[in-house]
Amino acid sequence: MCTTCGCGGSGATLEGQAHVHPPARPGRRRISLEQSLLAKNDALAAGNRRAFAQRGILALNLVSSPGSGKTTLLEQTILRLRDRVPLAVIEGDQQTSADADRIRAAGAPAVQINTGKGCHLDAHMIGHAFAALAPPEGGVLMIENVGNLVCPAAFDLGEAHKVVILSVTEGEDKPLKYPDMFAAADLMVLNKVDLLPHVRFDVERCIGYARRVNPDIEVLRVSAQSGEGLDGWIHWIEARRPGPPKP
Amino acid sequence: MHELSLLEGMIQGLEEEARERGFSRVAQIRLEVGRLAGAEVEALRFAFGPATQDTLADGATLEIIEIPGVGICRTCGREVEIEARFDPCPACGEGFVDVTGGASLRILDIDVEGGP
Repeated sequence: MCTTCGCGGSGATLEGQAHVHPPARPGRRRISLEQSLLAKNDALAAGNRRAFAQRGILALNLVSSPGSGKTTLLEQTILRLRDRVPLAVIEGDQQTSADADRIRAAGAPAVQINTGKGCHLDAHMIGHAFAALAPPEGGVLMIENVGNLVCPAAFDLGEAHKVVILSVTEGEDKPLKYPDMFAAADLMVLNKVDLLPHVRFDVERCIGYARRVNPDIEVLRVSAQSGEGLDGWIHWIEARRPGPPKP
Repeated sequence: MHELSLLEGMIQGLEEEARERGFSRVAQIRLEVGRLAGAEVEALRFAFGPATQDTLADGATLEIIEIPGVGICRTCGREVEIEARFDPCPACGEGFVDVTGGASLRILDIDVEGGP
């Protein structure tokens, strides 16, 4: 028997609907919403995606643990791309503008978002940062998310692809421990491969774990420090740039 | 702890609903939480008090309805229930399961008071 209203187990049920009780108190009314908790973020992300498309901009959302080498990878990407592709960066960190300073020093415009207590960037922040940056048409917008393999998985920013960066110093089982992030990403960049002789890290096993979570995930092996594999990364970016902006 | 920001986003949405539909207080919120939604039920309950404090949902009750994760196995093609996103197919033991349900986090309905 239902402990809320006392109705029996043999009562009629509506297919696909939880057992519904009318509000108990007079003056109360029930409003059916049936909407995602992320509806507001998703709507803003869809707006960002349209804005990127209108300007022919490829937006990538870079996610990883702290210390995976995202900022170094970005610096090296800027050095290799800046002469032929306009590149702009949105940096997300809880505190400091250290990363945005590094990006500007490498030669790309950057906006720093400090999330304070927040553990991820959201579509609202990106909309404002994009307006402030006003990157040129046809360019590439790199969004460096807060270092965190959990929360950024849930928040669509309007990007074309999530790229998860995993360094070989972190342990090969990260894809199994943080499956949501690896499921959400289209590409896994294995960074710091120059350190492989010095660490216990089975690359094939790591890729196997990532594909167990996401069979379609692409994998690139790079070292942002030594430059190994960076040509493949640059090629991956260039191959995904959209055509000329839509009128 | 993105559960707190999820709930804060929800409160913003409810404030818009209140303006559009003309209510002043939310007395109860029913959430549907998929097991594969990437949010912890306990963390949602824990964050609900701080997230609703001094808002139109201050003091509201939170009811959570959990739904299982379901998907289609790429190997045997059956629809199966899974506990976690990377679990192999429980029917054939090996296939990758493409998630088709239980990955969302939704407000089902709210009980409201007060009028324009």
